[in-house]
Amino acid sequence: MAKRAAPEVNAGSMADIAFLLLIFFLVTTTIEKDKGILRSLPPIDDSEVEPPIIKEKNLFTVLINRRNQLLVEDEQMELKDLRKAAIEFLDNGGGENAEGKRCDYCQGKRSPSSSDHPDKAIISMKHDRETSYEKYIEVQNELVAAYNFLREREAARLYKRFYPNEEKVFAAMLAEKEKNQFKKDEVLNERIETIKTLFPLKLSEAEPDKN
Amino acid sequence: MSKFKKGGKSELPAISTASLPDIVFMLLFFFMVATVMRDSSLMIENRLPSADQVEKLKKDRTTFIYAGKPSSQFKQFGEEPRIQFNDAFIGVEDIQASVLQAQADMNEELKSKIVVGLKVDKDTHAGLVSDIKQELRKANTLKVMYITNAKAEQ
Repeated sequence: MAKRAAPEVNAGSMADIAFLLLIFFLVTTTIEKDKGILRSLPPIDDSEVEPPIIKEKNLFTVLINRRNQLLVEDEQMELKDLRKAAIEFLDNGGGENAEGKRCDYCQGKRSPSSSDHPDKAIISMKHDRETSYEKYIEVQNELVAAYNFLREREAARLYKRFYPNEEKVFAAMLAEKEKNQFKKDEVLNERIETIKTLFPLKLSEAEPDKN
Repeated sequence: MSKFKKGGKSELPAISTASLPDIVFMLLFFFMVATVMRDSSLMIENRLPSADQVEKLKKDRTTFIYAGKPSSQFKQFGEEPRIQFNDAFIGVEDIQASVLQAQADMNEELKSKIVVGLKVDKDTHAGLVSDIKQELRKANTLKVMYITNAKAEQ
């Protein structure tokens, strides 16, 4: 008996099936793009060591009350002015840091009544339990923005020549580090560290009072 | 006597659709790979605040904690903001255990780099967030990311 060739399967409806699946996945897809403000919490410190005494002028206090009003350095302030005030405070450079060096890259007013050095300048933030989370994030955002602005400025001053086409040099450096996360680029890491030590992020948060 | 055809409209050959399934399959595979099925359905209202100084989240090392008012179909849990972890409401005192559990389930090399993503409704009071952070400090998972909507920089 002669072997009969198997009849060919009609593949005409393949496209329809594929389309059906495609549409299903199209509808169910949500391409996640979460973004946010990254912060590190301080570790719990049980040691009995006396905290170092911080001079009043090196401390920039930000209070948010239960009505979401801001009190900055004992004066009421609008949110839109906070960033500028924080930049002025950090960039003041009125004195010397712990090693006795003056801040030669600061462009502030060098007022003796404001912070000595970015190394010493601390922003202290405190909120009420009833403060809204939205306001809290807005304030955090402004304070982080102040640091980012200053770091961006220093990055542009020091490393602009390596990134001539970038508007934001520090952001470009961080993006490059992110891209090459599997092969260590020592030079780049060192540059990023340099910028970070010029304006170390010293943003402390006090626990809200329990009442 | 010419060698050229005159006048006769030559019909366009039909476009071959034989490669259509291939194209569609390619798209299909893309979306299949890119699809993330929502694993925890939200039981709370979750309108995130906005910020412009944002960084991208590294999904592989992040565990999420949600907080906000219970949404309309969970009214029996009251009006006060609650904390949701995975699929259940938890109390403040359970955060530490839950986060440590999530950390234990993670890849070995990422365990030390765990980031806790806080997806908190913007009408929540900040005291709850501060309680959460206190618990995270106890669990020694110190990196937190306040998940926000990105807004254009002024």
